[in-house]
Amino acid sequence: MKHIVVVGAGQAGSSLVFKLRALGHTGKITLIGEEADLPYQRPPLSKSYLLGEMARERLYLRPQASYDQNNITLCLGQRVTAVDPTTQTVQLKQTSLKYDELVFTTGSRPARLPAAMGGDLRRVYYVRTLADIDAMSAEFLTGRKVLIVGGGYIGLEAAAVAARKGLNVTVVEAADRILQRVAAPETSDFFRSLHQSNGVEVLEGTGLAELQGDEQVTQALMTDGQKIDVDFVVVGVGIKPNSEIAREAGLDVNNGICTDAFGKASVQNVWAAGDCASFPYMGTRIRLESVPHAIEHAETVATNILGGNTEYIAKPWFWSDQYDVKLQIAGLNSGFSNVVRRNGAKEGSVSHWYFLADRLLAVDAMNAPSDYMIGKKLIESGKSPCPSQIENPKILLKDLLREIA
Amino acid sequence: MVKITYIEFDGKRNVVDVPANSTVMEGARDNNIRGIEADCGGACACSTCHIYVDPDWVDKLPKKDPVEEEMLDFALGCDALRSRLACQIRIKKSLEGLIVELPEKQI
Ligand SMILES: Cc1cc2nc3c(=O)[nH]c(=O)nc-3n(C[C@H](O)[C@H](O)[C@H](O)COP(=O)(O)OP(=O)(O)OC[C@H]3O[C@@H](n4cnc5c(N)ncnc54)[C@H](O)[C@@H]3O)c2cc1C
Repeated sequence: MKHIVVVGAGQAGSSLVFKLRALGHTGKITLIGEEADLPYQRPPLSKSYLLGEMARERLYLRPQASYDQNNITLCLGQRVTAVDPTTQTVQLKQTSLKYDELVFTTGSRPARLPAAMGGDLRRVYYVRTLADIDAMSAEFLTGRKVLIVGGGYIGLEAAAVAARKGLNVTVVEAADRILQRVAAPETSDFFRSLHQSNGVEVLEGTGLAELQGDEQVTQALMTDGQKIDVDFVVVGVGIKPNSEIAREAGLDVNNGICTDAFGKASVQNVWAAGDCASFPYMGTRIRLESVPHAIEHAETVATNILGGNTEYIAKPWFWSDQYDVKLQIAGLNSGFSNVVRRNGAKEGSVSHWYFLADRLLAVDAMNAPSDYMIGKKLIESGKSPCPSQIENPKILLKDLLREIA
Repeated sequence: MVKITYIEFDGKRNVVDVPANSTVMEGARDNNIRGIEADCGGACACSTCHIYVDPDWVDKLPKKDPVEEEMLDFALGCDALRSRLACQIRIKKSLEGLIVELPEKQI
């Protein structure tokens, strides 16, 4: 019986091991993770957990008992330091393990501000792990001044929590607009006014030059010369895949561990899934950073390890919660040429539809769950409605679905 | 702890204790009950924890909010009366004895 070793006990790692059991694998399964906690979900970290509305135990993806019942050996609080594909061994601090099949589900980590910019000062926080959030949550006190560096989803969610808790919040984004990397100007505009109406100061087209202070941060200097006083800083300037160990083991790495369509890495009996993996997608190679992708990718790899022959076809989707707005995104908008806006029937409900010429690529739905669901179904079926139909409030989107059924 | 009965699509009954303040979805997930996926972990973002509430219980549950209502609309085999998203039902003492049925497939 094969011994399957999974490195990285997060969303992908945990989904993978349970899928292996569900598919009937009876051999040994070992899941190794550097963090001390049982595998947990990250999305609430920058949302309800940081707000204090969700208890820690509810973050765990499965209780300890599920691992025990499924005979999954969990090695938590242990870092894999090296992998040797020739001897099929995984090196831990104290011991080593032999594998028959190895999966990297090592996720990613936040990009850090260099020490020269004050990145090492105390009270500068990053948003990735439970420990990160536990370290910063005591800072979220009414009246404190926080600077959020980076206007992506993570930064904006942290800004929303801070504003809700009555802090003085400034977001600084070096690009021309918040969400520039991931969304159209229309969506940036929506979230800018949402944050501004909640009292958040949004600086765009201005970079952070430097964080200043002795030992702990007290001031931030912007590239336009502006200086602001801060009590603490939250940094959300993107993430990097955890692929160093794979690279040292001789695997192909290029913006993540390169896999083929089946999740196989470039070396025998080694696989990768989730945030750490780059995979083929519509003629190019991409890496996705989302829960649904981590789950589906990992489950496909589980199937293939056990002899399945299933190509992973990504169906990207994502969500973000800020204040009372639920954003749901279907598809990937890269390369879009035009955006069509649809106003929802309810106040505050709107969706943005991304097209490349006539082809529908993606939908951002703000408090518009049915627009999201319909957009998702259309994209997945490869059908593109006419932009004029989307814009026209008299046309029911549900009728567009009927056309494809 | 609150006793909840989960009936899987093939009729298998599971009576389990679920902690107060968690959700009907978490109770199913943590007890390895088949039939839900709950990809988004309870954010009401994915509509993959669709269940059917026992007819006697329908009126005893808190009402659906508009987001749940809209998401459910697209669930496979949605029943206007009995369908709910399990992540939106908070466990509390008054739900002692709640019975829900799980579908064979989500979406
Ligand atoms: C604050 C926050 C909010 C988010 N919100 C959303 C959201 O709303 N919706 C959404 O879809 N996605 C969201 N995401 C993204 C989502 O959480 C990730 O895409 C997902 O967790 C990826 O799963 P993974 O298993 O690939 O990586 P992870 O969950 O990060 O797990 C990887 C694990 O591997 C461990 N590891 C790494 N190297 C080693 C080693 N050498 N030895 C042992 N262990 C190792 C790490 O410690 C980590 O625990 C959010 C992420 C964050 C941080």
